[in-house]
Amino acid sequence: MTTASAPIGAETAGSATGQLDLDDLQHFLVTRTPALAARYEFLSFENADAGRRWLAGMIDKIGTVSSVGTASPDARWVTVALTHDGLRALGVDDAALATFPEEFRQGLAARAELLGITGRNQPEHWDAALAAPAFHAIVILFARDLAERQRCERTHAEYLARIGGVRLLGSLDLHALPPFGEPREHFGYLDRLTHPSIEGTNDPPTPGSPPAVKPGEFFLGYADESGETPALPQPEALTRNGSYLAYLRMQEHVGVFRDFLRTHGGPTSEEQELLAAKLMGRWRSGAPLVLRPDKDDPALGKDLSRTNDFNFAKMDPHGYGCPVGAHIRRMNPRDTGDNLNRHQIIRRGGTYGDPLPPDAPDDGMDRGIAAFMGCGSLIRQFEFVMSVWANNTSFKGQENSRDPIIGTQDGTLDMSIPKRPIRKRIPGIPSFTTIRGGAYLFLPGITGLRFLAGAAAPEPH
Amino acid sequence: MAHQNGNGNGMHPQAMALPPAGFLKEERGRYGPIFPKTPACYGFTIIAKIKPGAEAQIRAHGKTLEDAVAASPDVLAPLQLHYLRWLLFDIKGDTYFMYQGIFDTDFDKYTEDAVALFSATGITTIFTKLEGFPEDWKTNAPAFVKFVRDHHHPSFLEYGEYPFVSAQEVKKALRMRQAFSEMLDESQ
Repeated sequence: MTTASAPIGAETAGSATGQLDLDDLQHFLVTRTPALAARYEFLSFENADAGRRWLAGMIDKIGTVSSVGTASPDARWVTVALTHDGLRALGVDDAALATFPEEFRQGLAARAELLGITGRNQPEHWDAALAAPAFHAIVILFARDLAERQRCERTHAEYLARIGGVRLLGSLDLHALPPFGEPREHFGYLDRLTHPSIEGTNDPPTPGSPPAVKPGEFFLGYADESGETPALPQPEALTRNGSYLAYLRMQEHVGVFRDFLRTHGGPTSEEQELLAAKLMGRWRSGAPLVLRPDKDDPALGKDLSRTNDFNFAKMDPHGYGCPVGAHIRRMNPRDTGDNLNRHQIIRRGGTYGDPLPPDAPDDGMDRGIAAFMGCGSLIRQFEFVMSVWANNTSFKGQENSRDPIIGTQDGTLDMSIPKRPIRKRIPGIPSFTTIRGGAYLFLPGITGLRFLAGAAAPEPH
Repeated sequence: MAHQNGNGNGMHPQAMALPPAGFLKEERGRYGPIFPKTPACYGFTIIAKIKPGAEAQIRAHGKTLEDAVAASPDVLAPLQLHYLRWLLFDIKGDTYFMYQGIFDTDFDKYTEDAVALFSATGITTIFTKLEGFPEDWKTNAPAFVKFVRDHHHPSFLEYGEYPFVSAQEVKKALRMRQAFSEMLDESQ
C-alpha cells in the first residue's frame, strides 16, 4: 500500500485548531511520529478486574494529539485499542455493545470473504493470536529507535508480570528499512506519499490532493461529510472521540515479485522498472506515472509539493501512463471516483522482517507490512476500499483483474496495461502479498479509556 | 470481452429464470445478500406505499430530475445506470410508488454513493414521502439499505436482447461507430 509502510515520517501535525478535542483524542491517527521501530502486542484479559487494572496503569503513557510533541524529545509513542471481545471482557454490557456497528461486532475474520479476502488470505490461515476470542487488546508502540523499543518491551513485560491476569498472546516487531529517512516497503516503493487531510488539524492537503475532510469521517461525535453527526454508540463516555481501526498484516513475497518483473518486464532493468511502476502507478522512487510516463524522476517522487499534483480523468483518461487497474488508481481514483471524501482511511503502520538483498533468491523469510486503517465507519471506508476498489474484478471497466499489489490473487486474474496501438495484457498475476492476520479494533479517546478502566487505581508503572 | 454467463460477444439473447429469493446462489456483500447479474444486468424494483397526499409532490419531482440531468448530464453517473422507470399506481385506494432501476454494479458496491447522490439530487424528496423510510437515512446507511431490501421485489425472469453488456460498453461501441463514420468522411 502506498502509505502504510515503515515507521513513520518526520512530519508532525503539531498544534491543531478547531473543534477537535485534542486533549482527548489519541494521537495515533492525527500525528505522524519520527519512529524507526515499532512493536505490536496482542493481549488477553483473564478477567475484567485485571484488564481494568492494566488499562488504568497505561492511560498516562498514551499520547494525545495535544501531548505528543511536547516532551523534549519524545522517544516513544503508545496507543491502545480494543476488540469487540475486549470491550465485553472489560465489562461493557451486551445492550451497549449492540449499539456498535454490526461489522465491528462481527469482526474482520467473519467479514473477510465478503471483502474478497479469500484463498490463502482467508482467516483459517491467520496468526492464531488474532483469531482467538481471547484477543482483547492491542498495544501499539512506536519508538524512535531499536534501543528504545527494547527498553519499552522490557518495561511492559515487567508491568504485566507485576499486575498479573493479562496475558501476552503474541507480538510483532517492526522496523524501518534502510536507507532511513525514505520510508520504503519491501518491494522497494517509496511510501507514505498520500494521506487524507483532516479539518481542524494543521495539516493542509498537499498540492493536487483533495480538500480536507470533516473530522467525523475519522472521529466519533463530530459532523462528517454528510453534514450530519452520526449517532454515537453507547455509552457516549466510551465512544466520543473514538475511531475504528482495521488491522492487517500482509506478507510480501519479494522473490515472487522480482521474478515477475524479470519474466514479464523485458530483458533490461529499465523495462523491469517500468513494469514495477505500471503495477503501482508510481515509479519505485514515488514519481507518478501520470507525470512521468516514460522515465523515472526520483526528485519529483519524494517532493510532497509535486508528487500528488495530478489527476486521472483529464490527464490520463485511458491509463496510458497509469493503468486503470494500478494500485494507486484503485486506492485513490482521484477525479475518476465518486464521493471520495466518504471513503478515506488514515493508514499507520510499518514494515517487519529484514529486507531481501538485491539479486538474492527468495529465502522464505516472513517480511511485509503490518498496518492499521483508521476511520469513522469500517463498512463505508475500509470495507468499501477493500471490496469496491481493491478486490473488485470489474473496477472501472477492468475485466478480470484485482489490485495487483494488495488484491487477492490466485493466478487466474490479469493485469491490463494500456499501450498504443494495443494494450499489453499479462495473464495469471501471482500473489505478491498474502494477508496473514487481521482484526477490527476500537480506538477510544482518553475519556473512553478511563471509562473502561473504571474505578481501578493505576498501578505504579 | 467475455461476458459473465454469456457467450462472449453480447449478441445472443438470453433469459434467466430466478427462484423466489431472487438469487440462485447466496452471495453476501457488506450489507447482506447480493442479487445476481442477469442478462438484464443488475437492478432492483422497489415498491412502497406513499404517504397520503404526497402524489403531486412525487410527480413534480420527475420534472426536477429531468432538469437536473439536462443541466448536468453526469449527475447520475455514480449509479452506473442503464434505465430508470418510476411510476405510481393504486391498490385499494392507496397509492404505491415503483422505482425500477437497471444498472451495471451490484447494489452493495454503490450503496453509500447512492445515499450521497440521492441527497445531492433530491431523489430523497421522493423517498421521504414513502411510508417507513428511515428518518436518519443520511447517517444510517444500514437503515437505508434495510428499507430498500424490505421493499425490493426480485424478478423471477430477466431477459437481455444483448445480455450482460454494460452501459460503458454500449457507449464505447457508439463512440467507435461515430469515429468510424468520421474516418470514412475524412477519406472522401
